[in-house]
Amino acid sequence: MAGPSVAPVEVDEPVDDTRTEPDAPWIVLVWNDPINLMSYVAFVLQKLFGYPKDKADRLMMQVHTEGRAVVANGPRETCELHVFRLHEHGLWATMQHDT
Amino acid sequence: MSRRFRRRISRTRRGTYALRLPGPERELLANLVGQLRELLELTTDDPIVRRLFPTAYHEDPNRDREYQQLARDDLLERRLAALDTVEATATAGELDEEQLSGWLTALNDLRLVLGTRLDVSEESAAIDEDDPDAPAMAVYGYLGFLLDEVVSALAEDLPPPTEPEM
Repeated sequence: MAGPSVAPVEVDEPVDDTRTEPDAPWIVLVWNDPINLMSYVAFVLQKLFGYPKDKADRLMMQVHTEGRAVVANGPRETCELHVFRLHEHGLWATMQHDT
Repeated sequence: MSRRFRRRISRTRRGTYALRLPGPERELLANLVGQLRELLELTTDDPIVRRLFPTAYHEDPNRDREYQQLARDDLLERRLAALDTVEATATAGELDEEQLSGWLTALNDLRLVLGTRLDVSEESAAIDEDDPDAPAMAVYGYLGFLLDEVVSALAEDLPPPTEPEM
């Protein structure tokens, strides 16, 4: 991702985004790309998922530094809608079984 | 610390957004939006335009084909609607939230397509001014600057976080 961006408030708290519930077999991933602005990615995560700013910033930084982050999970239909809305906003989002 | 430049997009007390863009910037944006519309109306399979219609099931080509069949028309329709919004409000002094959201989509789509064409990377080095891509790179930088202002303005009006279970 590209700057300019606001420095994240918290980046070093425990990350447990890969944890999923037994009835939530699908995960939605956002992948790093060199074009989307960091501020834009964090804003989209806040807007689409209702995440507080610090959580959206942390997920955005995870995408940026680790190449990808799990941003949501749930049944297939729900995840597909999440992916669609992320695509609508130009983010590189995919979904897969959480195996 | 004072701002050197007045923001081009800012929230007003009435809950709308003031749009203070110099004329040449408005002309540039209208022109870019027209070019993107032409591209999108021509094809969604071009490698550059494909960036706006990403893969959903990266591990399952069959499911992805189904997704593309379902999603592509909707994605296209929404992208064209955002371009409509910018064209219809290119000379406006004030936008409502829905219109500014259209600007957000259109500006980001323009960056994605232009950035893909320019093959930008995370560490895009400063480009030589004699480089044939220098003007396009300047436009790319401008779009990022403007998009960042739109994000800041809209972020002020986000509803309170709901934080669903992850």
